[in-house]
Amino acid sequence: MSAGVSRRFDGFALYAIAYLIFIYLPVLFLPLFSFNDSIYIAFPLKGFTLEWYGKMVNNPGLIDALWNSVQIASGCAVLSTILGTLAAKSVTRYRLPGRGPLIGFIMIPLVIPSIIIGIALLILMSLGGIELSLFTIGLGHMLFCVPFSMLVMISRMEGFDKSMEEAAQDLGENAWGTFWRVTFPLVVPGVVASLLLTFTISFDEFVLAFFLSGTDVTLPVFIWSQLRFPNRLPAVLALGACILMASFVLVTFAEWFRRRGVQLKTSSGV
Amino acid sequence: MSEQPIISFQSVRKDFGPVRAVNDVSFDILTGEFFSLLGPSGCGKTTLLRMVAGFEAPTGGEIYLDGQPLSAIPPHQRPVNMVFQSYAIFPHLNVSQNIAFGLRKSGLSKQELDSKINEMLEMIKLPGFGSRGADELSGGQRQRVALARALIKRPKVLLLDEPLGALDKKLREQMQIELRALQQQVGITFVFVTHDQEEALTLSDRIAVMSKGDVLEIASPTELYESPRTQFVADFIGTMNFFKGSVRSVTDATTEVEAESLGTILAGAGGNGLSAGSEVMVAIRPEKLELCFESPQVPENTVEGRMGPSAYLGDRSHLYVLISGREEPVSVALQNLDRSSQGSRHTDQPVWLSWSKDSVVLLPVE
Repeated sequence: MSAGVSRRFDGFALYAIAYLIFIYLPVLFLPLFSFNDSIYIAFPLKGFTLEWYGKMVNNPGLIDALWNSVQIASGCAVLSTILGTLAAKSVTRYRLPGRGPLIGFIMIPLVIPSIIIGIALLILMSLGGIELSLFTIGLGHMLFCVPFSMLVMISRMEGFDKSMEEAAQDLGENAWGTFWRVTFPLVVPGVVASLLLTFTISFDEFVLAFFLSGTDVTLPVFIWSQLRFPNRLPAVLALGACILMASFVLVTFAEWFRRRGVQLKTSSGV
Repeated sequence: MSEQPIISFQSVRKDFGPVRAVNDVSFDILTGEFFSLLGPSGCGKTTLLRMVAGFEAPTGGEIYLDGQPLSAIPPHQRPVNMVFQSYAIFPHLNVSQNIAFGLRKSGLSKQELDSKINEMLEMIKLPGFGSRGADELSGGQRQRVALARALIKRPKVLLLDEPLGALDKKLREQMQIELRALQQQVGITFVFVTHDQEEALTLSDRIAVMSKGDVLEIASPTELYESPRTQFVADFIGTMNFFKGSVRSVTDATTEVEAESLGTILAGAGGNGLSAGSEVMVAIRPEKLELCFESPQVPENTVEGRMGPSAYLGDRSHLYVLISGREEPVSVALQNLDRSSQGSRHTDQPVWLSWSKDSVVLLPVE
């Protein structure tokens, strides 16, 4: 019995290890070569240096692009979380006619290839005579961020006893008061998770940002433009390592917050 | 308790799409009474309660509270409060904050609020629990906090939606007694929804028995149990033995009925327009039947049978007596007054059942 279990375990363990190596080994090359004292990305490693990190910080184009990305991602995160929360509240709390198709239409951008959306939006902007800018990029990102936020918020809204909201009304709160005194405190974990998730999605996005950017570019677009110059590549590696770290921290924090919410819910269940 | 109605349902109807949840009901709930809505699940009792609270709007008819039509008043402005089945204690607030939730706009000072909260904690026998978190409470404690949270608003009517359903039997019985005492102490009208007939009998001044959206009968617990007016009510509340029959003769004090497998029996004054030839349903409660091991002296209202299966319940036993010509055994309830009474009964033993004519209930055939 135990022999059988351990043999199975060996096979799966091998598979799991191979899988993890396939995912993470290439990614780990980024930080590894960002400390390597050579402009060529090749073994053997030459020596340890922080030069590329210095170059990264002293590159004004890069810092501008980073700042652009942070602005767009923050704006998208806040706006799409507000819209996502309101949409989630309406589809979970009211008997909406055509609720199913409505949710479907909002979710569709998640499954349409972004290059199609990129081209479509580009045509729309040029037809409308709208100049490409950070604003148009943000608009494009909202298409993805709203459905993600809505998914997070729907699961959160469905996760708590609806009679809580009725109790608040019963005790004298109108719809507004009920939302702020009961609904919002109960969905806060979802709101934080949604903010972090949508920020990351917008920050990482390349295709739409590439199609919709004017003179100002976002960080992923800037990085892509740097790849043509071999001597600038190590600085991009350094930046990549930094983003990797920041993304990792953000997503871990979002997930931790979401789980804390789930635990709160189960422990307070009746 | 006065005779003044506090809530008046007038032709209230509620449809959920094609499903009719409440079917044109009209009745009054009196000021200060403990009123129960009793019925099997899906009978519309909770819908009726939720319409008073304002969470559902009637499809037709109107509910009046203290003479005021309710339909124009949104839930947060109605002078009624509710104790939810799930208690709906706010998990992000502590006990004090939960209890004081409804007093935000009351304009009370911090001291006044604190003294009100402490008074409430005292009343629900949880003094010193104010700073406890909602998840640190047991089921019974949550139930008390939900009560205090609703009562601190001094509502004209307190609505309770199966509040004892989630508690275990011992705790439920204790809470029943406390709830009844609390209602008499605060003097507020309680409207209590339950599917548990024993609970309704224990607590209520009056009970409305509901089935499939209709209110079948409204009466005191004793009336409902001893003199039900419909077969459904007789069957739903407690256990009842039914025998088909037809009236042979009616006099001032006695009705003579020819009953299936019982022969000719005597019942009390039938009233309700019975005359010779009327089809009736003869109903006798299990505890009103007397079990004898020898043929009784008086020949009226007796029937011979054989002992069937029995169930021992500690304080009493449920016995089943088989009567010739009747498939369904007759249910008999006996108090176990004697420790050895179990041993003296054997299956298939011949027995006689007898009953007084006043314990016979005659019901219209449905």
